[in-house]
Amino acid sequence: MGENLSQPFEKSSMTPEEIRKINREQRIQTIAFGFMIAITLLAFIAVGADVVPGSFAIPFILGLAGIQLFLQLYYFMHLKDKDHGWPNTFIVSGIVLVIPTIVALMLLIGVTKY
Amino acid sequence: MAETTDLSKGLPSHPEKATLEGKNKFLGFWVFLAGETTMFATFFGTYLGLRNGTGSGPEAADIFSLPLVFIMTMILLTSSLTSVFAMFAMKKNQFKKMKIWMWVTVALGTAFLGFEIYEFVEYVHYGLGFTTSAFASSFYALVGLHGAHVLFGLCWISLLLIRYNKSGITLTNAPKFYVASLYWHFIDVVWIFIFTVVYLMGIGG
Repeated sequence: MGENLSQPFEKSSMTPEEIRKINREQRIQTIAFGFMIAITLLAFIAVGADVVPGSFAIPFILGLAGIQLFLQLYYFMHLKDKDHGWPNTFIVSGIVLVIPTIVALMLLIGVTKY
Repeated sequence: MAETTDLSKGLPSHPEKATLEGKNKFLGFWVFLAGETTMFATFFGTYLGLRNGTGSGPEAADIFSLPLVFIMTMILLTSSLTSVFAMFAMKKNQFKKMKIWMWVTVALGTAFLGFEIYEFVEYVHYGLGFTTSAFASSFYALVGLHGAHVLFGLCWISLLLIRYNKSGITLTNAPKFYVASLYWHFIDVVWIFIFTVVYLMGIGG
């Protein structure tokens, strides 16, 4: 068994059906990448060209970053695929912890300044 | 274990999870990424708390250059896509294609790191040293930590590529390449928030 593990394979075991599926997946990911580029452009234009009014600019670009986070995690990192229950649990609990961490630090060292 | 996977027909369609070791690496790496998320949160929180503490040093809006950050963002986003392509090639047992896409990823990552070093050198010329102000320290700590992650990722992927240059895709190295690509995506995820929170909010807000 140990030898088997470091042996390359002559071919892939994928059926034509599986290959069609994976090629379709690859196209979807390329489209997701196109979306990411568009969102990034939008964020830079919103700030660089001042098209979005000042007070709305920050929630706007943070919202765009949120969409991009979703695309990266669920498409590029495959969190949407099956067998990703635990990875989803871990990363979502990580993100849940992130929000109070950032808020607490901003309040403690940015506003209250103990 | 590999006993449960039928290897007679060729490379399994998910070679990274065909062995117990691969499954464990995959799961363990997600735990690590959740931990990294929290660590970066502390750096982001510190930066957001201290970003107005510029003292007599330069302010964010004075020194940040939007075009440079835009180029860096595009480079890193594209490198994320190339590592996605590498993983598709890996699943299809196209070793050569995977190597090429991975090397493209490394090249783009190196370009990104070069721009970041150039950027930091430029800021030091503007008088923004690490100890100039609270803003400077928290900025360099956050963006520098991300840069260190990029450097580590580059060394990691290059080592894997050199080590397995001639071996083909095996059940031993497939999980390694897979977690390295997850790590690379994570670096990109962190950068999304750096360019939004640090640069765009530094200039626009």
